[in-house]
Amino acid sequence: MQTQERNRISGGRLWHNIVVILLFAFLLIPLLVTALFSVSTNWENTILPQGLTFKWYEALFSDTRFLYAIGRSFLIAILTVIVSLVIMVPTIFIISLYFPKLEKWLQTIVLLPFALPGVVAAVGLIKLYSAPPVAISGTIWILLGVYFIVLMPFVYQSTRNSLRAINAVELMEAAEVLGAAKLKAFVRVILPNIMPGLIVASLLSFSIIFGEFVLANMLVGGSYEVVQVYLFRILAQDGRAASGTIITFFIIIFILYALVLKIGNWKPKVKPLPDAEEEETA
Amino acid sequence: MLLLLVPFCVWVIAFLILPAVGMLISSFQNEGGQGFTLGQYSKALTHPLYKTAILNSVMLSLVSSVIAIVIAVIGAYSFTTFSSKVRDRMLNISNVMTNFAGIPLAFAFMVLYGTNGMFTLLFKKLGLSFLTFDLYSWTGLGMVYIYFQIPLAILLIYPAMYAIKTEWKEASSLLGANSFQFWFRIGVPVILPGIVGTFSVLFANAMGAYATAYALVLRNFNLLPIQIGGLVSGDVFPRIELGSAMAIILFVILMIAMLINEKMLKLARKGY
Repeated sequence: MQTQERNRISGGRLWHNIVVILLFAFLLIPLLVTALFSVSTNWENTILPQGLTFKWYEALFSDTRFLYAIGRSFLIAILTVIVSLVIMVPTIFIISLYFPKLEKWLQTIVLLPFALPGVVAAVGLIKLYSAPPVAISGTIWILLGVYFIVLMPFVYQSTRNSLRAINAVELMEAAEVLGAAKLKAFVRVILPNIMPGLIVASLLSFSIIFGEFVLANMLVGGSYEVVQVYLFRILAQDGRAASGTIITFFIIIFILYALVLKIGNWKPKVKPLPDAEEEETA
Repeated sequence: MLLLLVPFCVWVIAFLILPAVGMLISSFQNEGGQGFTLGQYSKALTHPLYKTAILNSVMLSLVSSVIAIVIAVIGAYSFTTFSSKVRDRMLNISNVMTNFAGIPLAFAFMVLYGTNGMFTLLFKKLGLSFLTFDLYSWTGLGMVYIYFQIPLAILLIYPAMYAIKTEWKEASSLLGANSFQFWFRIGVPVILPGIVGTFSVLFANAMGAYATAYALVLRNFNLLPIQIGGLVSGDVFPRIELGSAMAIILFVILMIAMLINEKMLKLARKGY
């Protein structure tokens, strides 16, 4: 009803329809055309391709270089997400519950990467890590190190919000009054409750790492070729493989976002019951 | 319990603090990493190549942010006029499109607007050559920047747009105001803080953007991030010290932009 009112007053259904159609045409056409390109037989000097085929995808998915690149991206993404959750979540939890005075410091530190473009971060890292004593430039380890920093703001935001939403302070107090040790209370009570938030953060982190190019290219390049670096290197030589890679990348992104939406919607329904069950079975 | 904070601190020191301090120090050293000099900064700020790169980056970021915000405001307001289900779907699509940037986006634009691109050929055939543009020109790069700024702008500006109450518009039209007057006197002032905040994120986003311009290899765009990347890890002999100074300059520009923004934010809030 409110929407109808809005329509009546906001100056014409037609205008808003046109705006939305033009906007999404502008946003979606490049992606759709890339998809079309990836399944076209020949598309050189014509407006539309001459025919459609899936043979480029067959070629792409039997190309070990492509498969390795996807695999490396998955590996570094999983590794970074796990490490950053294992380190960040307890840190945020401890500071927000037991050392609230440090909270401001923590906030400043974790938000710093927002003001630090990848290309700037890369300069300092190259200088520090390309010579002994710690020459890890060109290996997966430097990526793990810096991606942890890149993810900090996102992991912090969602962990902090989840802790606030479940009222972690009182939950901990209640658990301790009931005789649970701090560690047990954290693992049994707090963690299950903030899990949906953490999963959402992990999925978004995944998409960030999958799309990251600057650091991967400047810090490791070909010696640990992730999907974005692979894409850049074949861009000029093989348009089919490039478009196929882009569409594959986007399918992964779509799946991640669909999961985020699913979990985001599913959270409130699932919260009260299973936790109670878990406590009983424990 | 404080012991549990050690891994976090070590990580931040190793991969954030130490590299930053190292970069700051080396920006004051001469080539070869010795001594103390302001030479790198004076080179970065006076040498035509580097000076132009800084100016180009600032201009491109300002222009693309402003245009993207205007489009996002118009678009996001139209979003609010749809039913909540449609609206959510539109927002979700727009949010997913924030991932379309960098190398993939550069490729898509080459397929569309490159020399033999689909739209280039289509518009030529239709006799609409004025609609085509050279992707490897500043206009072309600007289009790509505007493209990847729009979904981000919508994401950030939408909450503010949603705050504009239908009743306000109703009341103002009852009092005889037309649509333009409503936006000029009420709409824009209300969303102004949101716009200012969004602007600073977009500006930083564009200033730091590297991959898109880097991927359009047919032309070497002279931009600050591209220069930094080239100085530090290019094919030529790396010049870490000059690269560090340029990186610090980029960081300082972002800081200045943020300070100006905060001032404007205060002004924007004070007015109402």
